[in-house]
Amino acid sequence: MIATKETVYKKDLANKKIKVTREFDAPVAEVWKAWTEPELLDQWWAPKPWKAVTVSMNFKPGGKWFYYMQGPDDTRHYCIADYVTITPTRSFSVKDAFTDDKGNIDTKMPTMNWNIAFNSAGNATKVEIEITSKTEEDLNKIIEMGFQEGFAAAHKNLDELLAK
Amino acid sequence: MRRDVFQAIADPTRRTILTLLVMQAMTPNALADHFDSSRQAISKHIKVLTECQLVKQEQSGREFYYHINHKKLKEVDNWLQPFRAMWETRFSQLDTLLKNRKNKKS
Repeated sequence: MIATKETVYKKDLANKKIKVTREFDAPVAEVWKAWTEPELLDQWWAPKPWKAVTVSMNFKPGGKWFYYMQGPDDTRHYCIADYVTITPTRSFSVKDAFTDDKGNIDTKMPTMNWNIAFNSAGNATKVEIEITSKTEEDLNKIIEMGFQEGFAAAHKNLDELLAK
Repeated sequence: MRRDVFQAIADPTRRTILTLLVMQAMTPNALADHFDSSRQAISKHIKVLTECQLVKQEQSGREFYYHINHKKLKEVDNWLQPFRAMWETRFSQLDTLLKNRKNKKS
């Protein structure tokens, strides 16, 4: 049985930052793999009913993860994550941007900087995700983009609410 | 009749309209091009969304554009809620993946 772990969200609008913290019931090495190997990332990165599909990945500083999120109606959102720094099993940072299907960056869309840190907590692993953007407007947009995929996930709850 | 926001977003077409407008402001024609339904059907949906203030219309030169009303959207269900929902779903999928891998090993 998995006890649902609590996720902690902190928004720091003044510094254009959101921090998401969550613990996972597995050793650091396993959690690290799930975040850094494409065949594993594809299995969980997109919230259902969306699917994440890796086009290419080169996990090293200066390398890229090029992938898309595919919606149930076949809508595709292409993204590129540029790996900036990598400290194996401890942390990595990426610059994330939206692109077209060829991987050309869409300059109208906000870019984000992510820093993901892994800390051992007994047999579990605490993951801290820090998302930073250039402007508050960009940060708002990023949150509302979560709206797009998140809404799909939230549908069920909403439908239940409406059925009452 | 006052429009209820939750009723407005309960419809899948209207949800799609909102998600399109989150990406960018759009003219009525550009928006209608995304759908197979008739322009009238889409404009009816937009009317519902504007009536509950989720979408506003602004003129820019000779064109009208529909914009997301960010203020209203935040009110809908606590601004971070969809963002949270995305991460919660992701994380529970990751929990399952980690658990399955563990079971396979032992």
